[in-house]
Amino acid sequence: MFPAAFDYIAPGALDEVLSLLSQHGDDAKVLAGGQSLIPLLKLRFASPVIVIDIGRVDGLEGIRQENGHVRIGARTRHRDVESATDLRGTLDVLLDAAPLISDPLIRNMGTVGGSICHADPAGDWGAVMLAVGAEFVVRSSGGERVLPAVGFFEGPFTTGLHADEVMTEIRIPVGAGRSGGTYLKLERKVGDFASVATAVHVVLGGDGRISSAGIGLCAVGAQSIKATAAEAALVGQTPSDAVIAEAARLAGAAAEPKADIRGSAEYKRDVARVFVQRGLHTAINRAQGATA
Amino acid sequence: MKITVNMNGAERSAEAEPRTLLVDFIRTKLGMTGTHIGCDTSNCGACTVLLDGRPVKSCTVLAVQVEGKNITTVEGLAKGGKLHPIQEGFHAEHGLQCGFCTPGMMLVGAALIEANPHPTEDEIRWGISGNICRCTGYMNIVKAIQHAAAANAAENIAGVA
Repeated sequence: MFPAAFDYIAPGALDEVLSLLSQHGDDAKVLAGGQSLIPLLKLRFASPVIVIDIGRVDGLEGIRQENGHVRIGARTRHRDVESATDLRGTLDVLLDAAPLISDPLIRNMGTVGGSICHADPAGDWGAVMLAVGAEFVVRSSGGERVLPAVGFFEGPFTTGLHADEVMTEIRIPVGAGRSGGTYLKLERKVGDFASVATAVHVVLGGDGRISSAGIGLCAVGAQSIKATAAEAALVGQTPSDAVIAEAARLAGAAAEPKADIRGSAEYKRDVARVFVQRGLHTAINRAQGATA
Repeated sequence: MKITVNMNGAERSAEAEPRTLLVDFIRTKLGMTGTHIGCDTSNCGACTVLLDGRPVKSCTVLAVQVEGKNITTVEGLAKGGKLHPIQEGFHAEHGLQCGFCTPGMMLVGAALIEANPHPTEDEIRWGISGNICRCTGYMNIVKAIQHAAAANAAENIAGVA
């Protein structure tokens, strides 16, 4: 298999990327790591006129903590999140999710921003970003926009990103308080897409109550889902088995799975419930063990 | 367009369309057939090469993406007529049956030991989780990588002494 012919350009500067995107719009596709785009090109599901490779643009990679945010360059590879062990205790859910994405070779090439913009409903980062309340920095030749993860995922492979925009950074707020999280994924075999996966991130206040909670669901709907009712049921509560069970029930109810070769809708919904329940126990235990 | 890469330590160039996959570039433009095409859908890892030292699936990389970068294929493992420790390991532990997955398995194993000289069995199994052996000879592949890691460790100790 090989892709249909396309023009290719690999600019060395972001301004040139933005200028090309404003010129070509929907006829262009941005290539980051290519681990989603190249299969689409080979299967001829995508046939862009021009491929704009951002692999040569400086300043799009790396993970930094500053001004109350963890900032991840959009072209940062999954592998580099996996090895960012200083995020342990702050953003456990990222460190738990990264090694479960596809396989080690794909993680060496695939990028966080590329995966988010690809917006596969079974993509792992979408649920994680919804759970941690991420914001996405996107640029066009007209300027910069900061888009919350909530609302970004509009449907299968469809996002709020405009045709002339490119994602440059993912910003995740890390506030005061003890936090914990985890990512649980059911897959038929190692490296498969999720049958169901759940991302959980909680922050505890000084009084031990849950001050914020984020829950993202993967592969159980037309897009990554934020389980807002379940989150609301947790905030302000002192953690207990009953509080967690009720939140998990609400998270399961927020899932919109479809039956396929990976399982029935009923099965997937219940896996979502059970994984959120287990994930919340882990997240809260971790937060309680963490120092502020 | 002209694409130039550092292939196994030597600069190599060839003309190729932008849509040319790295695996096809290596096999048909550079004439090196040690890198195999298996599934062609980024599942099996038969096409594994090292890109700046990290294993990637060359059926899912465009040749133009690696312009100017360092590529290592199975042909680059042996140096000066001497087998690489990972090759010695696959030989000693019978780490292959049909041999189709072997170039990829050896490159992944070599990169794993380079990054983590003393991998546990679990780390090795996770490390090769993107590479499929349809002879299901995983047991001996794991042993082969362990053999290479042990040989490396012995060599390092000898070097220090």
